[in-house]
Amino acid sequence: MKETQPVIDRSNCVINIRGLEKSFGDLDVLRGVDLDLYKGENLVVLGKSGTGKSVLIKIISGLLKPDAGTVNVLGQEVPKLKGRTLDQLRLKIGFSFQNSALYDSMTIRKNLEFPLVRNRRDMTRAEVDRMVEIVLDAVGLSQTINQMPSELSGGQRKRIGIARTLILQPEIMLYDEPTAGLDPITCIDINNLINEVQARFHTSSIIITHDLTCAKTVGDRVVMLLDGQFQRQGTFEEVFRTDDERVKLFHDYNFID
Amino acid sequence: MKFHNGDEPPVRRPRAQVISKRFDRIFMELANIASFVGRFFREVFLPPYEFKEIIRQCFEIGVKSLPLISLTGFIIGIVFMNQSRPSLAEFGATSWLPSLVSIAIVRALAPLVTALIGAGRIGSMIGAELGSMKVTEQIEAMEVSATNPFKFLVVSRILATTFMIPALMMYTSLLALLGAFLNVNANEGTSFTTYFTQVFDAITFLDIFSSVTKSALFGFTIGVVGCYKGYHSSKGTEGVGKAANSSVVTAMFLVFIEELLSLQVITALRAL
Repeated sequence: MKETQPVIDRSNCVINIRGLEKSFGDLDVLRGVDLDLYKGENLVVLGKSGTGKSVLIKIISGLLKPDAGTVNVLGQEVPKLKGRTLDQLRLKIGFSFQNSALYDSMTIRKNLEFPLVRNRRDMTRAEVDRMVEIVLDAVGLSQTINQMPSELSGGQRKRIGIARTLILQPEIMLYDEPTAGLDPITCIDINNLINEVQARFHTSSIIITHDLTCAKTVGDRVVMLLDGQFQRQGTFEEVFRTDDERVKLFHDYNFID
Repeated sequence: MKFHNGDEPPVRRPRAQVISKRFDRIFMELANIASFVGRFFREVFLPPYEFKEIIRQCFEIGVKSLPLISLTGFIIGIVFMNQSRPSLAEFGATSWLPSLVSIAIVRALAPLVTALIGAGRIGSMIGAELGSMKVTEQIEAMEVSATNPFKFLVVSRILATTFMIPALMMYTSLLALLGAFLNVNANEGTSFTTYFTQVFDAITFLDIFSSVTKSALFGFTIGVVGCYKGYHSSKGTEGVGKAANSSVVTAMFLVFIEELLSLQVITALRAL
């Protein structure tokens, strides 16, 4: 559970999606998805593997183009953006990848510096170093600064991945399966980190997961993606208070009472 | 007719249809490579310019290839000199050995050997590196942090191979000529000055110019193929292996084709 209640501004919608559709060949992955993310909110998107959860956040960050629908992020229509305007928007969106996606050939310091030195060319060396220290401290891994990604554990890599997105001080965070492949204790650490990021950096976040403990711990609101559409929406308890067998099965498999 | 378990036998597609599909795939691949090369030429002239990354890649591609290139070049010189001697000795023409070796090395052996080593070492390195970056989402991570991965990863590598293969070719030529000198000095007692005077008398500006130009073309090809295969790899670790392997095979194949074509062009230029 969260230590401090987040401040959610329900009058300020940072992401607004209507009628989103996406197919890969004959496979319809998203079939008319509607979604609102409010400022300061942690929204969890639940669903089985292969239901298009990651596709949804890749469309939000402009990595994939939708087939139909509107995707409005911070007042800008993402599919219509190109080049520098898309890059400017991306600086306000942090994306934490499922496998951390740290650059193997760079040290942790270089990994963290990378987005900064390329996008904030006005910053001095001392300012860059200071930012690196701040985000490393925020994820509790200051001692790893000169290590290579291959020397870190899975949980540490996830934390560094989150730190790398935080260094640009994004308004929106997109987490793709933040607890996938981690042991239960490390999962708790990552869940707490997501809540800390929300409280300390005042971010609005979409967390893609199929881990119900994660959903319960970090989600202010939970939506469930089934058959390419959001079938259930509300708090964690509201979503699972249903007779829908597909939803109940999802719950029972995760929590064996 | 049915199988004993009641299944219908698989329908065999007509041969013409199979061949047509294969050609479709080949032409699609060629179109994709052409579009990849087109994108390279669009991006290479547009800012921001990745000078730091180009220099880093030149170091990775050029400097780190020196031990292998040095050994190969030196041995080629010795072996070629040794193998050429008996034929010329039959005519009492061993004094032509330096000229023969210099023409063979500068015009053909050094560019081709350097390109083949480059295709093996550099092509596979680029294919595997970009392939693993692709399957572990590092390329997407670069894109979401507002960095153009094509410019940062692809353009810098293609430029580095285009610059470094000619430089490595000249280095190979020098070491091969040096190896050949040691051999000819040990056997015929030819002095350093006599040897290199004959070597440089035998080659023309066109020889050096054409070797540098075709080496640049070989380098460009190795870079494009390695980057294309790596950038478009898929299917996890299996895809990375395939990208590395097919980078080497395709680059070597194209280098031989280009060698043949450039030979025709250079021969025509010599005749002018």
